[in-house]
Amino acid sequence: MIHSLFLISNAGDLFLEKHWKSVISRSVCDYFFEAREKAVEPDNVPPVIRTPHHYLINIYREKIFFVSVIQTEVPPLFVIEFLHRVAETFQDYFGECSETTIKDNVVIVYELLEEMLDNGFPLATESNILKELIRPPTILRSMVNTITGSSNVGETLPTGQLSTIPWRRAGVKYTSNEAYFDVVEEIDAILDKSGTAVFAEIQGVIDACVKLSGMPDLTLSFMNPRLLDDVSFHPCVRYKRWESERVISFIPPDGNFQLMSYHISAQNLVAIPVYVKQNISFFETGSSGRLDITVGPKQTMGKTLECLVVTVHMPKVVLSANLSATQGTYNYDPVTKILVWDIGKLNPQKLPNLKGSLSLQSGAPKPEENPSLNIDLKIQQLAISGLKVNRLDVYGEKYKPFKGVKYVTKAGKFQVRT
Amino acid sequence: RLPKTARSNTPPHIYITMNEDLKEMLESNKESLKLEAMKRIVGLIAKGKNAYELFPAVVKNVASKNIELKKLVYVYLVRYAEEQQDLALLSISTFQRALKDPNQLIRASALRVLSSIRVPIIVPIMMLAIKEAATDLSPYVRKTAAHAIQKLYSLDPDQKEHLIEVIEKLLKDKSTLVAGSVVMAFEEVCPDRIDLIHKNYRKLCNLLVDVEEWGQVVIIHMLTRYARTQFVSPWREDAVFDENSEKTFYDSEGRRVDQSKPYIMDPDHRLLLRNTKPLLQSRNTAVVMAVSQLYWHLAPKHELSIITKSLVRLLRSHREVQYIVLQNIATMSIQRKGMFEPFMKSFYVRSTDATHIKTLKLEILTNLANEANISTILRELQTYVKSQDKAFAAATIQAIGRCATNISEVTDTCLNGLVLLLSNRDETVVAESVVVIKKLLQTQPSQHSDIIKHMAKLFDSITVPMARASILWLMGEYCEHVPKNAPDVLRKMAKTFISEEDIVKLQTVNLAAKLYLSNSKQTKLLTQYILNLGKYDQNYDIRDRTRFIRQLIVPNEKSGALSRYARRILMAPKPAPVLQSAFKDRDRFQLGTLSHTLNSQSNGYLELSDWPAVAPDQSVRIVEVVELAGAPLLGKSKPGKSAEKFYSDSEEEEEEEGSSSEDSSSSSSEESESESESEENSDDSNKSSSSESDSEKKKKTLKNKKLQQQKPDILNITYLPPQIIQKALLLFIMTKFFSIHIVLAFSNQFVANCRCSLLCLCVFLACQFDAVSWHVRVSLQASFPVFVPETSHELLHRMTGKGLSAQYRFTRQPCIYGNSMVSLQLTLSNSSDQALENIHISEKSSTGQNIHRFNAIERLEPQASVTVSMGVDFNDSTQAANFQLCVSIQPAVGELLLPITMTEADFTKEQGKLLGMNESSATITMTPENISSQSVNRKVVSVANLGVIPSSQENIHRRCLNLTKPTFWNVIKKTNCS
Repeated sequence: MIHSLFLISNAGDLFLEKHWKSVISRSVCDYFFEAREKAVEPDNVPPVIRTPHHYLINIYREKIFFVSVIQTEVPPLFVIEFLHRVAETFQDYFGECSETTIKDNVVIVYELLEEMLDNGFPLATESNILKELIRPPTILRSMVNTITGSSNVGETLPTGQLSTIPWRRAGVKYTSNEAYFDVVEEIDAILDKSGTAVFAEIQGVIDACVKLSGMPDLTLSFMNPRLLDDVSFHPCVRYKRWESERVISFIPPDGNFQLMSYHISAQNLVAIPVYVKQNISFFETGSSGRLDITVGPKQTMGKTLECLVVTVHMPKVVLSANLSATQGTYNYDPVTKILVWDIGKLNPQKLPNLKGSLSLQSGAPKPEENPSLNIDLKIQQLAISGLKVNRLDVYGEKYKPFKGVKYVTKAGKFQVRT
Repeated sequence: RLPKTARSNTPPHIYITMNEDLKEMLESNKESLKLEAMKRIVGLIAKGKNAYELFPAVVKNVASKNIELKKLVYVYLVRYAEEQQDLALLSISTFQRALKDPNQLIRASALRVLSSIRVPIIVPIMMLAIKEAATDLSPYVRKTAAHAIQKLYSLDPDQKEHLIEVIEKLLKDKSTLVAGSVVMAFEEVCPDRIDLIHKNYRKLCNLLVDVEEWGQVVIIHMLTRYARTQFVSPWREDAVFDENSEKTFYDSEGRRVDQSKPYIMDPDHRLLLRNTKPLLQSRNTAVVMAVSQLYWHLAPKHELSIITKSLVRLLRSHREVQYIVLQNIATMSIQRKGMFEPFMKSFYVRSTDATHIKTLKLEILTNLANEANISTILRELQTYVKSQDKAFAAATIQAIGRCATNISEVTDTCLNGLVLLLSNRDETVVAESVVVIKKLLQTQPSQHSDIIKHMAKLFDSITVPMARASILWLMGEYCEHVPKNAPDVLRKMAKTFISEEDIVKLQTVNLAAKLYLSNSKQTKLLTQYILNLGKYDQNYDIRDRTRFIRQLIVPNEKSGALSRYARRILMAPKPAPVLQSAFKDRDRFQLGTLSHTLNSQSNGYLELSDWPAVAPDQSVRIVEVVELAGAPLLGKSKPGKSAEKFYSDSEEEEEEEGSSSEDSSSSSSEESESESESEENSDDSNKSSSSESDSEKKKKTLKNKKLQQQKPDILNITYLPPQIIQKALLLFIMTKFFSIHIVLAFSNQFVANCRCSLLCLCVFLACQFDAVSWHVRVSLQASFPVFVPETSHELLHRMTGKGLSAQYRFTRQPCIYGNSMVSLQLTLSNSSDQALENIHISEKSSTGQNIHRFNAIERLEPQASVTVSMGVDFNDSTQAANFQLCVSIQPAVGELLLPITMTEADFTKEQGKLLGMNESSATITMTPENISSQSVNRKVVSVANLGVIPSSQENIHRRCLNLTKPTFWNVIKKTNCS
């Protein structure tokens, strides 16, 4: 299946290679570099590239290209999903997945890759299992290791590997047992010029942090499960019980994990928490333009909007921006042509406004289309769909754990067309 | 040898010194230095630098105790073994040893590395190791074996036949861990051996939910191919899908699909669809895609809609995932618009999407357009035309063109919109519009002469060659509609002809020819001028075309009949082009595959076969006689006929059927929900089988008679209650009958019990009398076990076992050590107060029957217990089971003694013989409350096995004991009056 893996930085530096079958020369990446050059933007590199003898399937994450070499037919999503899993594992182990951390931990990276694939077929991708095989680096452990000469490598087969619940290890013990759930909802929307929603829907995830001893069996129920239109679960969730009773019954993995993701049907009316009044215009003459953006609250259910950020991808001809903001700071990057206005908390009494002039490249025709705005925001203590967790029950263990649910609403792919 | 340094800029000499340094570190005695060196070497490998001259120094450490060091050496070895084949052989023996290690992780990793070393000489060793590992107790090791199969196959394809045998064996494995890997091996080694799947089909379907996610993908793809060869098409044109058909399928007795009857889905086909459905909710996008393609290729059309939501959900995922999913949706949406129409808005383009995502979304939107939604779509497309991404804007114009041709209601609207775009500032947009307008006009030219005139006006301002060529073609084609403009355009072209692009020149020649034919008065001279220019053009295409046109249109003496038809040739009505989706023909590939993504067949692509006209034999998949958990779901009630047939089958088949039904029973019990159900079921079937066993009994009595004739001296017990048989057996063993031949003909549960008790006794006695070998001949004609005993039985009581007690249980699972073996689970526990050492089954076995011993237990701590499995080959129930359980027990001295009764006089007499050298004495001081004779007695007896001899003296207790030589103990109590 997956023959080899090359990690290539955004700058085109091939800094790691790993082969699971016979060695393939790194010159195979020339085809990738060719495609990379053609695409201009890293996002535009086609995920599947054909070469005379191999196929290259790549993903782009955290400014790193993960390029895998395939020789025979394989479902491309299989490879893509695996590569993302690799990136997530690195993130899990080293805190972030970047060129520097990978270079610093090259031995652990190698050991991980060795365990994750055997002959190109995934062997262990579950984080709990990997952590028992290869312990993640911590400052304390690396100190102890250098002094005592002990190693990061587990000696026995992780218990999860053999059981039917590979996501949980046996013998988990905590002095204080706690289970926290974060209901995070994201609003995906496209608003047209007049501010009406062309398209809006809510995507949600429930992230969990479960630190419970033993083998607890949890049941999570909602006040209004009918809201959920489409769901996908962590493998630990018993799908049949969801089908029949609309409760989420599961034996949780240890630590942080994503319990489920869901989708609120587009038929439901989606509350749009923010409105934008914008006026961006470019003049026919004089190589300049004007920009005026005001942001205000709409349907916020009485909560405050936080972390409000407006991002504008300016046309190529815009050289600089001379603006003034009544609240927050703005920054225009003339290289990437991105204007970022970081507003922060929204004060309903005094609406933030960004106003000023744009200077264009002289002689160039005025841009055809006005740039669209991307909005980022956060509302604490609110799930915009109205989803509510009813209760969490623990079976199979005697202790009484601390339980907590937190709701957050964020803007997902929230775009305002101008 | 100098290392290759082609890839590094480091000069060679620095390189060597660095590696010398590493070599020294590797040869030092310190583990930490070695580890450090290996880490640096791995760093070199990761960077793609060469470190192969360190091979000898590294390989020495392959047997290191430090597990991290060992793993890094493995990494190195796998990387360079191919280049250093001879030296790599040095490490092989280490792996062979590690393959026998009690730790399953070490066994597995040894096999992994051994099979990854691509050295052809060790193929036989690998083959042997794989065969061994395929029968390993640990499913993890078996999984590794499945991976090793693929590696060996790629190293030496000649091993195919042997490997298929191993695959066949592993396919029967019921562990969810193994399933994915072995199917992967199957796909790689022998994807055409569909016959291996038949028996495992239902098991795979049932296990699917519990298999790890990567295995699920592989299994689903394989089952898709399988199903297309085994079931008839559910897509019958006239198929009636009413409520009844569902019902008839659940109740149906006859399973033959009659051509004249309405379509009834094969229950196995339904099983696959039902069991894959929950996986649509998987978090793994590859699994969701795999299930979607399975539904696309296998499900009845009306059930297809359930995959839509899941596919749309995947669009929230990473960019690369979106790309693949959108491609597949594009293919689907051509054939079935209805599926995705409700989700049309999910395909709206955002300005932040990558270009290839945008184009795909556009493609899908165009595919989804119909009369009802076209206005919404067009409005959306209008915003895209203005996009800054010009390539995307051009693609949008193409899409508008497609909408216009497909939906006649909007053709005019689209055309007008496109004409407006002709005044766009961007050249690519204008050019694309011209090209699309040209195509659109071909469908209805007469009504649009004003558009053509408009384009003639624009002609001067347009510079893109393709657009100019398109306008010229339009002029020529419809010159009758624009009689005034066309000659003027030709005049302009005559001026600029030499500086035009080739494609424009060709169209100019065409225009000239057409005008010459329709309006020769005005254009005769112009045409000749252009033809003369063309005659001396640099491009031979243009020269050829000019020569051809001249001969065709200009009448001269040589031109024959052809020029008379010139007008009909050049001005023939041309069919309008059909604007098609680029994904039109992609459905020839299985969805979700690499070939589909690339739109060309990739290496190793396995064609999806067409549905067979008539379903092949369905009975090949039947593996069980009485369905367990699956039965009510599958909707198959077993006809009595086939049960009878089964019982009259030959013995071997009975055995085989029996073991496979065991298999399915245990696999189904893994589904926790159906557990209770299956329990009930098995109870039922248990009863039924005992009631059915009459015919069986007859048969077996016949057999008994035969056996009696053969061995008249053998005890024959038939039709006795179990307790009696057990007692009888005990008696026989007690009276040292060495060979017992028992023919049992009872219900199977009883058979199992007897088997248990025999074994129990055998083991028990083997423990007691070490060297005595026992032959217990058990002739069993067991029918399939339908009940797995939960209770375990006493094998060895702790009293008789000197502290070691053993419980045994028949797991009734197919024994992993061999097909003919019966698996047996022993729970050994140590209830004594000392640790027991080296518990194992003796190597000695007198008759050579095959027993798979458990690995020796090195030490069993007091109060600890351990569970081991072993396999016993009864050789289809005619051979003797015979083994010895050996335990090393280090007893306390006191336990070696045996009390003897004798008089006090004798005691004194005997004691007198043993004075001096043989005597030893000690004094113990005791607290006053312990000095009563009872308490002293108790204390003494608890440490040693002694007897009390009544003594005349009050404070002297005499004890006597013996093992081989008499030993005498005198306990004299001296009362201390302090």
